[in-house]
Amino acid sequence: MGRLVPDPTAAPATTWQSATVERVAVETYRAKTFTLRLAEPSPFRAGQHYDVRLTAPDGYQAQRSYSIASAPDDFGRIDLTVELIPDGEVSPYFHEVVEPGDLLEVRGPIGGPFTWTPDLAGPLLLLAGGSGIVPLKSILMHRGLASPDTPALLLYSARGPEDIIYRKFLDSAGRRNPSVAVRCALTRRQPPGWIGYDRRVDPAMLRECIDELMTMHGNDSVPLSYACGPTGFVEAAADALLSIGVDEATIRTERFGPTQ
Amino acid sequence: MVTRGFFGRRRETPPRPIPPGQYLERGFPVLTAGPTQRVPLDQWSFVLVGAEGEPLGEWNWEQFRSLPETEIHTDIHCVTKWSKLDTTWKGVTIDDLLTAAGVSDPSPYLMAFSYGGYTTNLPTWDVLEGRGMVAFEFDGQPIAAEHGGPARLVVPHLYFWKSAKWLRGIRFMPQDQPGFWEQYGYHMYGDPWKEQRYWGD
Ligand SMILES: Cc1cc2nc3c(=O)[nH]c(=O)nc-3n(C[C@H](O)[C@H](O)[C@H](O)COP(=O)(O)OP(=O)(O)OC[C@H]3O[C@@H](n4cnc5c(N)ncnc54)[C@H](O)[C@@H]3O)c2cc1C
Repeated sequence: MGRLVPDPTAAPATTWQSATVERVAVETYRAKTFTLRLAEPSPFRAGQHYDVRLTAPDGYQAQRSYSIASAPDDFGRIDLTVELIPDGEVSPYFHEVVEPGDLLEVRGPIGGPFTWTPDLAGPLLLLAGGSGIVPLKSILMHRGLASPDTPALLLYSARGPEDIIYRKFLDSAGRRNPSVAVRCALTRRQPPGWIGYDRRVDPAMLRECIDELMTMHGNDSVPLSYACGPTGFVEAAADALLSIGVDEATIRTERFGPTQ
Repeated sequence: MVTRGFFGRRRETPPRPIPPGQYLERGFPVLTAGPTQRVPLDQWSFVLVGAEGEPLGEWNWEQFRSLPETEIHTDIHCVTKWSKLDTTWKGVTIDDLLTAAGVSDPSPYLMAFSYGGYTTNLPTWDVLEGRGMVAFEFDGQPIAAEHGGPARLVVPHLYFWKSAKWLRGIRFMPQDQPGFWEQYGYHMYGDPWKEQRYWGD
């Protein structure tokens, strides 16, 4: 993180506000996307998150952070994608209770280093583990709208094909645009005839991805890397990048929490 | 605002109060802005720097480990909402480091700085009289790299981002200045009991 220069104007909105749930979409058997309309919208940067606060009738509260899945270009609305942790507290509430019309207390946007703005250019190496795809989808969408020539390669590590979130978006992003490539590593279950990676992220895999990214854009500017997901995934990805000589000042990370 | 249909599942009553907005965590999550730093002990050193940039003291690993050791038992609180009870840290208090350096009157603020470029600011008072230490052991073991080893700052009464991992040194300052997360809108002081997470809290 050494040379990342913080932006002092990036102060988060610190007051709690209510947001209306407009839409609930099922992404996979354990991921749902919630579209929230904010009472007091403020601009955000791709990669940032909101805090959500739930309050029980007796005043007991629980707070968790959820990354913004949508692009900053859609002002006033944010998408949050929540993966179900079955023995958890807040993610089961989202999955079992929340429906359109509900009010939720949120505050944000929050988060500094793990953001992308078009002036940072690229090429972008986006490394997602599980629900770590969420803020990277925001970055990919924003790239497509604001800076479509910036080359990007997404490497998405998921357990099996049924765990892949945003499949449609990723399929079309990868197919339609020559400056975007999507690679998948399915670590536990691969469909018959699978030709993608079938193992966890490692240095050789990242070397191949970087080589592909460099070939795609044909000049030698150093990629910016964003790694996001469960702590174990982010540790492995960042360590692997360092081990193949990637400058740590070009690596940004967001750790969601314990490894499953 | 009461949230429709929410009653709370993590109702485990903490054995003693934890700060508002926090929940009990038994594991030890990791929050870091970049890759984990791995600093070999033979390349490690710790420096104290005065307000004019003048060196006040420097210790290599061996010299550092010959300083007086202190053990503390404490609860820790991360701004990402988890609190962990009954942790044990062993290290060298800032008091003992100042004594070893012969400094009796440090400036009122400090910037802790780390291998990898991380920084965080604190009032000097908050690390004196046993309130802060440079720790090298967690629960009886050397601190793992992902948790800030070989040595990290531990200031348990403030949110844990103030307890800089991979600590490289401390620079004293006449005035308060924001460190890394503080420039991104995290609170300048960070008292978990007042829920000072972000600017304006
Ligand atoms: C900056 C940030 C952004 C985040 N963005 C997202 C996001 O976009 N989508 C999303 O689904 N989550 C995201 N998370 C994780 C989220 O904040 C919660 O931690 C997660 O939803 C679990 O909360 P819970 O209340 O359901 O489980 P808890 O009640 O907190 O935990 C229940 C059990 O599950 C374990 N656990 C907690 N979190 C996880 C995890 N992530 N994976 C596996 N096990 C876990 C706990 O150790 C515990 O044993 C983000 C976290 C951070 C810090």
